Amino acid sequence: MDKESVGSELLRRFKYNKSAVFGLIIMLFMIFCAIAANFIAPNDPYPSPPLLANKLKPGFWSDEGAPGMPLGSDGLGRCVLSRIIYGTRVSLTAGFVAVAIAMILGITFGVLSGYFGGWIDAVIMRIVDIMFAFPALLLAIVIVAVVGQGLEKAMIAIGIVYSPQMARIIRSSVLYIKEMEYIEVQKAIGSSHWRIIFRHILPNSIAPVVVYGTLMLATAILDCAALGFLGLGAQPPTPEWGAMLADSYSFIVSGAWWAATFPGIAILLSVLGLNLLGDGLRDVLDPRLKQ
Amino acid sequence: MKQYIIKRLLMLIPVLLGASILAFSLIHLAPGDPARTIAGEHASAQTIERIQIKYGLDKPLITQYWIWLKQALQGDFGRSIVSNEYVSKEILSRFPNTLELTLFSMFIAITVGVLAGIVSASRQYSLLDYGFMGVALFGVSMPVFWLGIMLMMVFGVFLRWLPISGRIDIMIPFTRITGLYLLDSIITGNWAAFISSLRHLILPSLALGTIPMATIARVTRSSMLEVLKQDFIRTERAKGLPERLVIYKHAVRNALIPVVTVIGLNFGLLLSGAILTETVFSWPGVGRYVVNAVQMRDYPAVQGCVLFFAFIFVVVNLITDIIYIYIDPRIKYQ
Amino acid sequence: MRAKRLSIVLLVSLLVLGITTLGLAQEKILVFGNSGDVARLDPADVTDGESISRMDNIFEGLVEYEAGSTEIKPCLAESWDISEDGKEIVFHLRKGVKFHDGTDFNADAVVFSFERQYNPEHPYHQYGEWSYWGYMFSDIDRVEKIDDYTVKLVLSEPNASIMTSLAMFTACIVSPANAEKYKEDAFRHPCGTGPFKFVEWVKDDHITLEANENYWRERPKIDKLIFRVIPDPSARLLALEVGEIHGMEYPNPADFDRIKANPDLVLMSEPGMNIGYMAMNTGYGYVDANKNGVKDPDEPLEKTPGYFEPLTKKKVRQAINMAIDKEAIVRDIYMGTASVAKNGMPPFMLGYNDEIEDYPYDPEKAKELLAEAGYPDGFEVTLHVMPVSRPYMFDPPKIGEAIQSYLAAVGIKVNFYQVDWATYLQETEAGMHQMCLLGWTGDNGDPDNFLNVLYGLNACSIGTAGNYAFYTNEENQELLTKALRTYDVEKRAEYYKKAQELIHEDAGWVFLAHSNQNMVFRKNVEGFVLHPTSRMFFYPVDIK
Repeated sequence: MDKESVGSELLRRFKYNKSAVFGLIIMLFMIFCAIAANFIAPNDPYPSPPLLANKLKPGFWSDEGAPGMPLGSDGLGRCVLSRIIYGTRVSLTAGFVAVAIAMILGITFGVLSGYFGGWIDAVIMRIVDIMFAFPALLLAIVIVAVVGQGLEKAMIAIGIVYSPQMARIIRSSVLYIKEMEYIEVQKAIGSSHWRIIFRHILPNSIAPVVVYGTLMLATAILDCAALGFLGLGAQPPTPEWGAMLADSYSFIVSGAWWAATFPGIAILLSVLGLNLLGDGLRDVLDPRLKQ
Repeated sequence: MKQYIIKRLLMLIPVLLGASILAFSLIHLAPGDPARTIAGEHASAQTIERIQIKYGLDKPLITQYWIWLKQALQGDFGRSIVSNEYVSKEILSRFPNTLELTLFSMFIAITVGVLAGIVSASRQYSLLDYGFMGVALFGVSMPVFWLGIMLMMVFGVFLRWLPISGRIDIMIPFTRITGLYLLDSIITGNWAAFISSLRHLILPSLALGTIPMATIARVTRSSMLEVLKQDFIRTERAKGLPERLVIYKHAVRNALIPVVTVIGLNFGLLLSGAILTETVFSWPGVGRYVVNAVQMRDYPAVQGCVLFFAFIFVVVNLITDIIYIYIDPRIKYQ
Repeated sequence: MRAKRLSIVLLVSLLVLGITTLGLAQEKILVFGNSGDVARLDPADVTDGESISRMDNIFEGLVEYEAGSTEIKPCLAESWDISEDGKEIVFHLRKGVKFHDGTDFNADAVVFSFERQYNPEHPYHQYGEWSYWGYMFSDIDRVEKIDDYTVKLVLSEPNASIMTSLAMFTACIVSPANAEKYKEDAFRHPCGTGPFKFVEWVKDDHITLEANENYWRERPKIDKLIFRVIPDPSARLLALEVGEIHGMEYPNPADFDRIKANPDLVLMSEPGMNIGYMAMNTGYGYVDANKNGVKDPDEPLEKTPGYFEPLTKKKVRQAINMAIDKEAIVRDIYMGTASVAKNGMPPFMLGYNDEIEDYPYDPEKAKELLAEAGYPDGFEVTLHVMPVSRPYMFDPPKIGEAIQSYLAAVGIKVNFYQVDWATYLQETEAGMHQMCLLGWTGDNGDPDNFLNVLYGLNACSIGTAGNYAFYTNEENQELLTKALRTYDVEKRAEYYKKAQELIHEDAGWVFLAHSNQNMVFRKNVEGFVLHPTSRMFFYPVDIK
């Protein structure tokens, strides 16, 4: 099969995978919100000076709602919808950066481990084993406690925590590819290790990287929000979804349920979208992996 | 088999040793002087200096690690900076709470998840199937802490059906034996305590159990579908066995093998989830303790908890692997 | 099959709607909802309000507070005499008082309780940190036993606040026999002379006390007192509404309307003895080389690590004071559960200067002042924001965010800085912050415990500062020291009033609010009196 027909075959399979298309639509919508936040958000997410008197007003479902704030206002009188829209920026960036870190670390160590084997493999895999001995979130919490709070640090922590997972996936993929005949041929004709890795091994590992990267992005967004919820992630006034939730769930008893409910739905939707997309990609790419 | 288990147990040693180094070094790289925490809000410089000497915080890190490791091997993680209590005691007094929460969540997750999976598979493409799988899809994408808050809001605040904090109604006389409230109230035949502790357990374990529940439902369904396609099921059907018997007697047993792995993997995830769930529901378990310890920079407590979690995690994984091999003879152990 | 299903449905509904409480009419049990668990149960070895509130009911000191005030009255000491020079106080102890373990209360117990804190040679000194001693009682040189029921306190210098300090939890008398029995674990087995005896402590869950049948006064009216930990204020309120608990601390201000609308609940609210503020690092502190807590002539002023040029200018600090709408913050974030502060201590205290006129909220004037100071376009500054709520400051991150947006309106960009609480204290005490949120709850009701420890030059020591603005005015310190060393109440008030003028003019702080202390009880609980120091005495309480 030549390249072009492989591509169109994949595309065709993807198009018939309804849930994957749905996931893609959600993700594109999120990305659109993130890019166009300035234009589509109805209000300033952090007005100055603050409109404190506007605090905890309900949204469109109530007559007493704050005008122009469809999802109501939070404890400091800020528009919940606008903050959620700006929050897509924060959460998507955080997720992408965390996954990027995990990929850089994971691919580097996974390739080293899988390609060279021997003691390099042994050492790297023991370290991976050790990191796997911790619940991921716990390790992230401890790392954040060490390097300090903040969104950037939370991203780094999550990236580090996810890297062993990526390293294992890459390693097994490399082990599989390494045994293939044309790699043996490359070795026989004296290609350098780097050439083989960059020209042959890496391009052939793209499928698992894409599939697991997408699924990992979902959990990265979740864990970033979890750290934000525990007060270890994004700092105010950054409109991060987890932090928004933590900020406002104490108002539920007094009846202001909206400020904590909607950011959670935003998290749920983006994670759902990525999961659907990831599952779909796996279904589409898997048969090719098996070839 | 025995050899395999022994080998796996031996492999735990370097992993746990590495984990101990990681736990120790991470927290000691952190800025912030633990002596300051011990001394409290109003403390003189002398007090702080005295505390540094008393807790050995003035010694080099390697020495501190060596001392800590020697004690940790005997189950002694030192005393908590905040409470002055042995960390091991702090952890063990809270662990039954975490254990009961995770076990009960798992119980809910397995019963509901497996049932939903079987029903979905046996009525593939029915409305019920779509419904269950739709819910499961949302379930796996759910932020635990948000779900917990929503459950609290709906069932605790608006409907007032269930309590949203605590382990048991404090007015009910209760004897603690194992620290697992449900078990203790059964042992002592205390019906009122059983009901009360069960009521307190429902919301947190629903929050914690939802993700594994959804995962289990999805895996059960696909594994069931796989099995139902196989020849021996067709034979059974051809023999004219009632459909219900085919499904429940023959298909389920085979379909559950991959589910066991998923359950094992999810036990680990539950520990992560427990950290969040316990924080949301003020559940007096190890997860909330470790979050507090991190926030208070209670070094001995954080180290102890991290190592304890690693230990539990590793042991659960080991048990899963062993069970897996036990029930699925196709897998070879090396 | 059907019957089985029905029984399952029944069982489930029973669980959901099940009967929760078993009425035990014969015993009066009061359950109180606390926001956190106790750290330890040795009165001399704690600093947190949660631990203190439990021990207020187990232990007693030589003197105690009058209900609801910081006036003192005799307790375990029946009377006392202060010598002419103000350096010796002789206490005559109450006879016939017994500790919960049955041993006698006497002079030995008093000497034991104090000496273990200040004497490093004392065999029980090693079992605690005794943080408060060095800070509040360092003027006490020694405690001597004269006979079985007389002790003498010897001071190194006269100290006008020492008697009120003796009513503090730190000066509570513990049973020496009990300490000997449990040694380093005594903090888990508290034993005092108070109205309630310790029964059990289940970590992160509850502490149970029971009435002391042999109490030297009348036995308490309730039989059991249980402190239950429910960290989330909303969860606490829900438990109170359904009657799972009978009283709670720290209700969420957002829930006040709901509480007031409920006829079964009573909201108690009193001005608290506290101040919440934002401090601006004015630039200089000293290193307390000899660690005596005083700035000696050989300890010169040096730049603090958080030195930041704009904040060293008085006009900038005044401008910041004018750029923040305190009224709005108190109304909408404190939700009216505080009063706007203009001075650094609460209005009901000795020497409060009510003539001072607060900086008005005037962003235009603030911009002018900034321009005059040389910053017409503002600047960028970092604000340390407390990671925890304290009784003096409700929800610091929200207050920080509000301040951030107010200052943005006059051109000052505020960056948030948050760390864990311990590090926060450490960094601010070392002067590493540019601006920080903090506050203070009074320990003993004496103005010295606000003005001297928070605003004096002596409190500007880098590393152990209490003066977080590093306000190094020598004239101010002179006034404060004079006020501490005299027992003449009018003179003290005068010194303190003058000091507050200086503090106001130099504007090292934005004084935000004095928080009320709030508690909610069920209507049938009677007799609880709020105390300005937030301590909790359940002795007079009854359930009707």
